[in-house]
Amino acid sequence: MLGQFLSHPPVELGPIGPELVLAGAGVLVLLGGALVRRRQPRALLLASLAGLTGAAVVSVSLWRWRGHATVLGGMVQADRFAVVARLILLGVAALALVLGHHYFERLGEERPEFYPLVLFTTLGMTLITAAADLILVFLALEILSLSLYVLTALSRRLAAVEGSMKYFLLGAFSSAFFLYGVAMAYGATGSTHLSTIARSLAGQTGNQALALAAVALLVIGFGFKVAAVPFHMWTPDVYQGAPTAVTAYMSAATKVAAFAAFLRVLMTSFQPLTWDWTPIVWGLAVATMIVGSVLAIAQTDIKRMLAYSSIAHAGFVLVGVSAATQEGIQSALFYLLAYAATILGAFGVVMLASGRGEEHTSLGSYAGLCRRSPLLAGLMSLFLLSMAGIPPTAGFIAKVNVFRAAVDAGHWGVALVGVLASVVAAFFYIRVMVLMYMQEPLEDVEPDPSIVPRLAVAVPALLTLLFGVFPGLVLGLLERASVLRW
Amino acid sequence: MLSEYLPIVVLAALALAFAVASLVVSSLLRPHRPTPAKLAPYECGIEPQRLPKGERFPVKFYVLAMLFIVFDVETIFLFPWAVGFRRLGLFGLVEMVVFIGLVFVAYLYVWREGGLDWNEPVRRSGEREQVGEALRAG
Repeated sequence: MLGQFLSHPPVELGPIGPELVLAGAGVLVLLGGALVRRRQPRALLLASLAGLTGAAVVSVSLWRWRGHATVLGGMVQADRFAVVARLILLGVAALALVLGHHYFERLGEERPEFYPLVLFTTLGMTLITAAADLILVFLALEILSLSLYVLTALSRRLAAVEGSMKYFLLGAFSSAFFLYGVAMAYGATGSTHLSTIARSLAGQTGNQALALAAVALLVIGFGFKVAAVPFHMWTPDVYQGAPTAVTAYMSAATKVAAFAAFLRVLMTSFQPLTWDWTPIVWGLAVATMIVGSVLAIAQTDIKRMLAYSSIAHAGFVLVGVSAATQEGIQSALFYLLAYAATILGAFGVVMLASGRGEEHTSLGSYAGLCRRSPLLAGLMSLFLLSMAGIPPTAGFIAKVNVFRAAVDAGHWGVALVGVLASVVAAFFYIRVMVLMYMQEPLEDVEPDPSIVPRLAVAVPALLTLLFGVFPGLVLGLLERASVLRW
Repeated sequence: MLSEYLPIVVLAALALAFAVASLVVSSLLRPHRPTPAKLAPYECGIEPQRLPKGERFPVKFYVLAMLFIVFDVETIFLFPWAVGFRRLGLFGLVEMVVFIGLVFVAYLYVWREGGLDWNEPVRRSGEREQVGEALRAG
């Protein structure tokens, strides 16, 4: 009797170790912020950073995981792809925490919720990269989305609330699409396990028509999260409305997480249908690159411009995805790494350059930035060059890699459109540089003089340069991580 | 197999027919003499004060409703666990302790942040006034 009571199904918690650490840290920080009378944001920041470090250590130890490929009833995959994606996400979260801490401190707002919310969002993001079951993908997607809706509204300004509301409504809508896709996949194959779906489709035992509907609906769901055209409408409003530090975090991390899950779902469960979904991704990539690059030209607000630029970057990652090869996965991962560092740094500079809060985010206020702060102008130029894909920055190597992967897979047309789109995009990046260096200051904007957030922005700048000059440092690792098995 | 459900369909059809028939017959037979008192909304015997038209509800109701749902869902999870307690064994017990612990964290948070105080303003009252100002200005 007692033996039966004590017996339990096999539980291997190792592969979700990073998530457990993050959840524990999140709960502790949440309670610390609520229970301690005299609030110390700095203590909350340090505790959160400790949690992220712990999660990173556990992730690294999973690189040599020798247990089962999937654990917890086939829900969680323990592979190197997840390890790399997690490490990128944890790094982004750490830098964003430092930026956000400074943002709210300078604004004089007390936001103890910021720290646990970032931890919970990161938890959802790292979980989605390791999810091996569509139900778990959906749950992780909701964890990260719900936390992001609140983070977006974490400001007194009405624009933030408006952005949050739009994000919430459209996000809920896209979740419904995603869930319908999961239901279709289950209807087609009788399972939500990624590997079982793949086996059923490969053996022609699944219902082909339902499976295609599932692919279409899942692509729409992911398309919303990665902001691919035509599912990008929410992006500029949300990125502009959210506090700049939060924008920095979500523009970098959401895209990494959503693309990681996107890659895993397409390349494992729907691998037998590669010939059917490649044209869809192809079309999305072309539309996203063109629309993102062209609409960014018309923007007069730096945050909106970067938002459209992040849409265009989603298109370039999609080029790598459309290759549907290991090389494609590797190039997409490298692009995501380069993009995350660049956009995080760029929004970090925007945060510092716009004085207190969101006072000066128009492009006009960047005129003559190099007079007031040569360092900020220099960092911004580096990030803009990387986004435009000009050597010796990581953005250049990243673009070359995705285009090469696409050409090797026979999609030279999409690569051509990509090159043309980057030429168009170079215009509005260089326009900002011209403003910063060659014009007189129009407004009297004092950039934020603090040191710590400058250091936090310098880290992605160094990475951008390092990966641009010595891409071999990570390419080997990424190659070993870009094997998705089913 | 579906024929087992035939009685339910018949019952549903009968219920619908009865409701429609009652309304139709009553509208045909009853005298039509409206007075203001008859047209007023029914409010459990209380004198109706005014119609809630364009009125703003305090956001406190929303917080309360959300809290209710949290504990409601907790109960929904507790019941099946209680039924299957012996079969789920120690594993189920540990899972449930973790779950209830997490809900308790949420409870502590709401309590400390003033979500349970009905008349007190939110603890960080300065922030609130400024939001109000922003709303009026914007």
